[in-house]
Amino acid sequence: MDDLYREMILDHYHNPRLKKLVHPASIDYAEDNPVCGDHIHLTLQLDVENRVTAAGWEGDGCAISQASASMLYETLAGKTLEEIRAIDKDVILEMLGIPLSAVRIKCALLSLKVLKAGAYGLTAWPGEED
Amino acid sequence: MSEFETPLDIAAIRADFPILDQEVRPGFPLVYLDNAATSQKPLAVIDAMDDYYRRYNSNVHRGLHKLSEEATDAYEDARKRIAKFIHAPSHKEVIYTRNTTESINLVAWSWARANLKAGDVILSTEMEHHSNIVPWQILAQQTGIEVKYVPVTDDGFLDMEAFKKLLDERVKLVTVMHMSNVVGTIQPIRQLADMAHAAGALILVDAAQSVPHMPVDVQALDCDFFAFSSHKMLGPTGIGILYGKRAILEAMPPFMGGGDMILRVELSGSQWNELPHKFEAGTPAIAEAIGLGAAVDYLNKIGMEAIHAHERAVTAYALERLAEVPGVRVLGPSDPDQRGGLAAMVMDGAHPHDMAEILNHAGIAIRAGHHCAMPLHQRYKIPASARASFYLYNTFEEVDKLIEGLYTVKETLL
Repeated sequence: MDDLYREMILDHYHNPRLKKLVHPASIDYAEDNPVCGDHIHLTLQLDVENRVTAAGWEGDGCAISQASASMLYETLAGKTLEEIRAIDKDVILEMLGIPLSAVRIKCALLSLKVLKAGAYGLTAWPGEED
Repeated sequence: MSEFETPLDIAAIRADFPILDQEVRPGFPLVYLDNAATSQKPLAVIDAMDDYYRRYNSNVHRGLHKLSEEATDAYEDARKRIAKFIHAPSHKEVIYTRNTTESINLVAWSWARANLKAGDVILSTEMEHHSNIVPWQILAQQTGIEVKYVPVTDDGFLDMEAFKKLLDERVKLVTVMHMSNVVGTIQPIRQLADMAHAAGALILVDAAQSVPHMPVDVQALDCDFFAFSSHKMLGPTGIGILYGKRAILEAMPPFMGGGDMILRVELSGSQWNELPHKFEAGTPAIAEAIGLGAAVDYLNKIGMEAIHAHERAVTAYALERLAEVPGVRVLGPSDPDQRGGLAAMVMDGAHPHDMAEILNHAGIAIRAGHHCAMPLHQRYKIPASARASFYLYNTFEEVDKLIEGLYTVKETLL
């Protein structure tokens, strides 16, 4: 199965990083993918320069959605909201590194959608903002 | 092992379905277990449609030339065979639509809007496919009628006590699925029809999952409307059927306006065509109707009783084997006599999407998600399920591969 779900994805699925909400949160946002029930709740603490000082999340769902959240949110600390703006669909797909069908791309992108909706109020699926 | 014998010659049947003879990836032949979503098509269907386009493609009901006559004959003859297949008293009660969804919407737009008023109740159920919920919700928003839902028991049956209580004098239509596309249960339609009629209501049956898999008789069931799709019964997409009792259809206003559904048109007004054409505006899906006719012929040749017996055997085997897999729970009744040929399941620690993805890697096609039945999944407090659904070409060996695949899911994710 290693060419299907890479070892790193399974590792993040089984041992999710930062999977604990942070309090008090500067940004606190949750969303579901109603098609499959994937759920991600993200909290971020920011400093005065809008730089992420701590990230934490909760969620449940398929391996792709949960691993994607773990991998993405692990990279946020130290980034400003402006820097986070640059994270797009391709960053996530490259991070996961496996081919995904159209249905599964939504699983992969839920973490990014929650991040962007929480940080900037964007509600479209990443890649569909235009 | 006698329980697990099939009356069908599966090897011969599989040879009729060219699509089954392929590998999903090298070494992994296709195991197609997504028949409740759509069935595969036998050569007889593909050839019938191909023959129409190659030899006598033409519009129906108008051209006074050889091709049009031939196309009209084939189109209408298919309707007669479909009528016979479901034991409709007359082919005039068999209306071509696009699919089950359009059949139900036809009733919502034509019959319900003409006959119901604010305060009337449509009684649906918690287990319905979205196509038997959403049209009524739209109707409710626009007309002030109310939609109520019969609750479902833990093992996938309608709560009959609740049904009796909900069936008061305000109910004008009971709308219910014949066979569940998730829990697989077969509902006692005749009993529900008798109760609905006694309460002064009509009954609509969503037969999308039953007609492909078991003998049906709309007269014995005494249903007023009966909706199903071609593509789940070996026929092409793009065509479905609404059967309705003649007197009810006669009294209904048209659904869509256009060509073919009129007798005469004047600028001051028009006169509707007779049944079934009154409900068939515009150039219809001619090749698809011919294809559906060929599918009905094919099903008749194999025999619906035999198909049902085969699916019962495969399902019984699947239920027994699935019970062996730790952490897997099948939704619906455990008795194969009470259900159709499918098994929707959840697995501890594995999301249905991951199950489907890993099974796909082994060549096995199943469906993962809510199967257009979100309320039923909410009822069972699960976000989604993974569903294997069988048809006349599936084998016991394919069930074994599914079980092997589920063990691979466990090894991969747990």
